This record gives sequence, C-alpha cells and structure tokens, in this order.
Amino acid sequence: MKLLRELTGNAGDFAAAVGSVTLFCGRLLAQVPRALLRPSLIVEQIHNAGALSLVIIMTCGLFVGAVLGLQGYDLLQRFGSEDALGTAAALALIKELGPVVTSLLFAGRAGTALASELGLMRATDQLTAMEMMAVDPVRRVVAPRFLGGLIAMPLLTLIFIAIGIFGVQLVGVQMFGVESSSFWSQMRSSVDMNDIAEGVIKGCVFGFACSLVAVYEGYNAIPTAEGVGRATTRTVVISAVLTLMLDYMLTAVML
Amino acid sequence: MVSAVSTHASSAQPAAVSDALIEIRDLHYSVGGRSIFSGLNLSIPRGRITALMGPSGTGKTTLLRLITGQIKPTRGQILFDGIDVASLNTRELYALRRRMGMLFQNGALLTDMDVFENVAFPLREHTDLPECLIRNIVLTKLQAVGLRGAARLMPSELSGGMNRRVALARTMATDPEVLIYDEPFTGLDPISMGMIVRLVRHMNSALAITSIVVSHDVQELSELSDTSYIIAGGKVVASGELKNLKGHQSDIVNQFLNGLPDGPVPFHYPAADYYQQLLGSEA
Amino acid sequence: MRSTRAVEISTGLFVLLGFACLFFMVTQITNRELAVNGGSYEVTAQFENVGSLRPGAAVSMAGVTIGRVDSITFDQNVYKAVVKMRIASTYNRIPVDSDAAIMTSGLLGGQYVGITPGGADEYLTNGDRIELVQDALVLENLINQLVASFMGRRDEQSSDSGGKQDEGGQNPTEEAK
Repeated sequence: MKLLRELTGNAGDFAAAVGSVTLFCGRLLAQVPRALLRPSLIVEQIHNAGALSLVIIMTCGLFVGAVLGLQGYDLLQRFGSEDALGTAAALALIKELGPVVTSLLFAGRAGTALASELGLMRATDQLTAMEMMAVDPVRRVVAPRFLGGLIAMPLLTLIFIAIGIFGVQLVGVQMFGVESSSFWSQMRSSVDMNDIAEGVIKGCVFGFACSLVAVYEGYNAIPTAEGVGRATTRTVVISAVLTLMLDYMLTAVML
Repeated sequence: MVSAVSTHASSAQPAAVSDALIEIRDLHYSVGGRSIFSGLNLSIPRGRITALMGPSGTGKTTLLRLITGQIKPTRGQILFDGIDVASLNTRELYALRRRMGMLFQNGALLTDMDVFENVAFPLREHTDLPECLIRNIVLTKLQAVGLRGAARLMPSELSGGMNRRVALARTMATDPEVLIYDEPFTGLDPISMGMIVRLVRHMNSALAITSIVVSHDVQELSELSDTSYIIAGGKVVASGELKNLKGHQSDIVNQFLNGLPDGPVPFHYPAADYYQQLLGSEA
Repeated sequence: MRSTRAVEISTGLFVLLGFACLFFMVTQITNRELAVNGGSYEVTAQFENVGSLRPGAAVSMAGVTIGRVDSITFDQNVYKAVVKMRIASTYNRIPVDSDAAIMTSGLLGGQYVGITPGGADEYLTNGDRIELVQDALVLENLINQLVASFMGRRDEQSSDSGGKQDEGGQNPTEEAK
C-alpha cells in the first residue's frame, strides 16, 4: 500500500514537473516577441552561449573527427574500402555525432552558466526586485538568454561538424594516406542537402530543449547556495537525457 | 502623533480610510498547513513613517509580499489606496507596483550592471525619456544618497551600506508614493546605519511620501518611526508610538522591546526532561 | 543598451563562422550540379528488375554523371518498373537507340543508371522513352546461368570425346594398309 502511494506520488510529482515546465515554456514563448524588441540583450546572450563556447566546441570537434578517422579507417580497411572513409565519417558526423555531442557540450558549458546565473539572481532577490519594479523578469532576463542559446546551438553544431570533417581528413589523408581526391569525391557523391538539413534540424531541436531546461532550472532554483548548485547539476543531467531521447525520436522520424 | 494609538482602534471604521494609504483588514494567511496570520488588522497612515516589528519568524517579510501582491491572502483584504490588491490581474498589479518602491535587505542590485545603469534601470524600462534626461535624474538621485561619485562602480565593489544606498536611489528613480524598507539596518556598522536613518527620514519628509520600515532594531526605530506595530503570533499585539509602548502590559511586547532572553518566546527549545536525559533513562 | 562593441563584434564573427561552415558543407560536400546548371529534361525507361536502384541515384554516360533518377514506380499494365530520369539540358545529343543499364559502382557502392550511346541520328527529348534496357543483375539468376552453362559444357565434352575415339580407331587401320 505504501509502495503504491509512493509510486503514484512520484508519478504525480513527475506529471507536475512536466506541467510546470510546459507552463513556463508557454510563458516564455509569450514574452519572446517583446523580448525581440531589445536585440542588444539577445546579441549579448548569443555571445555568452555561442562565442564563449567556441573553444570547447572546436577542440572537441577536432578530436571527435580525428577519432572517427582512426576508427573508421581501421574498420573499413578490413573490407578493403578505405576510400569510403570520407563518406562514412561525414555522414556520421552530420547526422548523429555533430548534433548530439555539441548538445552535450553545450549543456555542460553554456547550460550550466545559464542555470547558475539565473539561480544566483533568484537567490539574491534580483528577480524579485525586478518584479517589484514592475519589470517582468521573464521578458527582460530569461527570454534573451533562452533565445541566445536557441540561436547559438545550430551554429555551434555546424562549426563542430565542419571542424570534425577537417579532423577526419587530417587522420585519413595526411596520416593514413587515403587518396585525397577519392576521399572528397566519395563524400560529395553520398552526402546531400537532406543529410545536412537533418543535422541542422537536430541542432535546433536540441538547442530548444537544452536552453529551456537551463533557464527553467535557474529561474526556479531554491534561493540558497545549495539550491543553485542542485539546479546546475539537474540542468546537465536532464539536458543529456533529453538530448538522447529526442535524438532517437528525430532519427526514427527522419529516416 | 497622538492619533497614532487611535488609528489602530479606528481601523475598523471605514471613515479612517482617507487617512490611511494601506489598510489591512482581518488578514488570514497560511502556507503548508501552518497559519502565519490569523486576523491581522493594521493601517499605514499617509505621509508617515510606520514601523513593523516582531520576533523572528512572525512573517514580517510575508506581510510585505502580501502587501505588494506577490502572494494572495487566504482571507481578508489588503487595500492600497482603496484598491484590493488581491483582486488585480497581472497588468493592473504591475501598474500598482509602479507607485511603490521596495528596498530589499541585501540591496538586490543587478550584478551585471554598474551603479549608474542600476539606478537608470526602471527609467529605461518604463519611460521613453531621452538619454540626457535619464542621466540628470540618475545623478540627482545618486546625489541625494551621497553616491554620485560612485556612479561607475560595479555592485561587487560596494560595501553593504553603499549597496543599500544605491538600491534606495534606484527605488526613488520613479518617484513612488510609498517606500517599503525590508530590514534596512541589518548588518550595518553604526556609521552606515546613521546614514540610512538620515536618508529614510529625509526621503519621507522632503518628498512627502509614506514609509514602511520592517526591522528588529528597536533603538533606531524609536527615533525614526511615527507609528509602530508589533506583530507576534499572527496578530498585532501592540501599536502606537514606540516611546509609549515600553511599559506595555503584554508579556511578549515586554520581552521584545526590552530584549529579555526568556519569556513568551522561550529560551529553551522544547526538549525532554533534562535530568532524565542526562541520567540515561531516555536516549 | 549595454553590449559593448567588443561583444557585438565577437558575436558577429561567431554567427559568420557558423554560416561559413554551412556554406562550406553545402558546396564542398554535396552534389548539386543539376540545380546549379539550371534546366533539365525528363526521360523514362522500363525495367524488369531495378535491383537496389533508388531515387536520387546518378545517371551517367562514359562514367560522367549527366543526370539523376527522379522516381521509380511500378506499372501494372506492363508489369515493369518505370524509372523517370532527369538529364541536364546541356546533354541533349543522346541518340534515341541508346541503351540504359543498371550498374553497380564499386564493391560497396550504390546502383546507378549507365547509358551507352547508340548510332541513330535522332536525339532524346523531354518525355521520350529509352527502349533498349538491361536489368540489374540478380544474384540468383547469375548462379542459375552459371550452373546451366557448366552443365552444358560437360555434355559437350562427353559427346566430343566419343567422336575422337571413332577417329582414332580408323587411323591405325589406314596405316596398316
């Protein structure tokens, strides 16, 4: 009996959480049009979420590409098809690795920054002070941060993929001596706009999800030091799980 | 001044409404099963400095949140200039808040802007004033609190007292009708405290606004406030001029005003019998 | 209001970098000559078996891609697969008696349509049908063919060796005379 109550309690908590996030999302989206009237705020947030994440994205992109080159070459060599390295690696990067890894890195770097910033503003009464000054904090503070993350994610994904392909080329062509012309021509003949569109769409969807989670957790953090810390941790965990879940659903739909 | 005591008695009569900016009638509020207010009545007279005091945990900050409409009462009315705060929708509430100014305990300055931008914030958000006008207003307000020279510092570079003074300047930027101070003296050294006291009094008289000060500081408040309310156990237990309340018959008021360590608010947290616990018959 | 020049510049560079990567990927990695050169005409062909040919596969002559497979449908009237192809307008001198075959590129490569030119003076135009076709190779048919030809050769050999023995028998008698 107690177990049943616990289960329904947890299910109720979960449903309440989902409802809370949805309501918050609705409130956020309602404020977006007015938030767009202050482009300078949004530009600053794109800088925070995107430009400041460039170093980690580009470094990881390079290494992921290089590893793909190594593993891909080793695998394809067993079938005598090393020439297909370009194709295989590019498709893997564009369709899966690019969006997913970028999203996880984004959650770790930009997501935590967003959550802790908002959580700290909550804990030091800055958000309440704004409400008292009759300024809606969702419009002034939360929406620009959300939009900044939403715009930055697809761009970061593209940069990650491009650097990744360069990394593959470094390993495959320079290191292993795969024929450069066949590397690029095979890639050219197998990758088309649909694949790139898939990757960009995934980037946008993940960006929406991760940014929403980050600003939600920060805005609703318990106003203590411990509360802000928990909000940051939850951001990363929930963003990661959500990314992989959405990845499966999007891939199933788009294939 | 003399009417201060009778204000409390007459708050039940509607005739006193025009004299009071804020009226609270039969307020009940409970959260999580715990009752915080059970039948609170008070009225804040226009143009005066009113102090709200009480032991820790009586819900003074909750009362402020009820007055400003952040939370709704379970029962009872909160009237601001005759308007029932709980009945307003978001837009009307925001419009009402423009007439109020609130000073938070820790200043609550926006940490990513400097002092000037912080004070200019409400002006930029709510008005379309040209930049030169905003500049003049901001500098005037900063001059009033004595921090015009600190206009380009960041909040993290200010001391606690300076923080609160900048916050005061920010609250004053839109010329509100009522100023609410949430624990303005807490954690300040005597000099900074003296500055704040002077500013509170000065703002009130020079600008003919109403001030509400929530604090524990009996000493500072006795010089500063015109009227006080002492809240304990979810109700008002005493009201009037602080000087007159020192010899009050209520035990709790006596304990509070004289700083007695034991009384209606007990020194010992409820526990099992001392000797029994020591001698090992209970764990 | 607050964003400094440096912040704006760095954001701008970031956005430009993102779009540059997109541009790089679109132009360097994908295959879009048909759309760029503008103008193409449609040609069809009917096959008994299209194998694993898919829409978007290449159509090529002499190994050069001249078009794309647009769609593959099944015609219930003739019980054949109808392959619609788009060929770039610049390649407008393909004889009407050319041959369309479904070929495989490389070991792991996909299938494509290879056109071998005929000798007629008339050329294919929009809506024409290529009559001469070669279907995709199906593994089972290939094995059957192999087995059949193997059996055929064995029969030939046994009848040949029978004839040789008769001739050999005659010669010694001739020599003996």
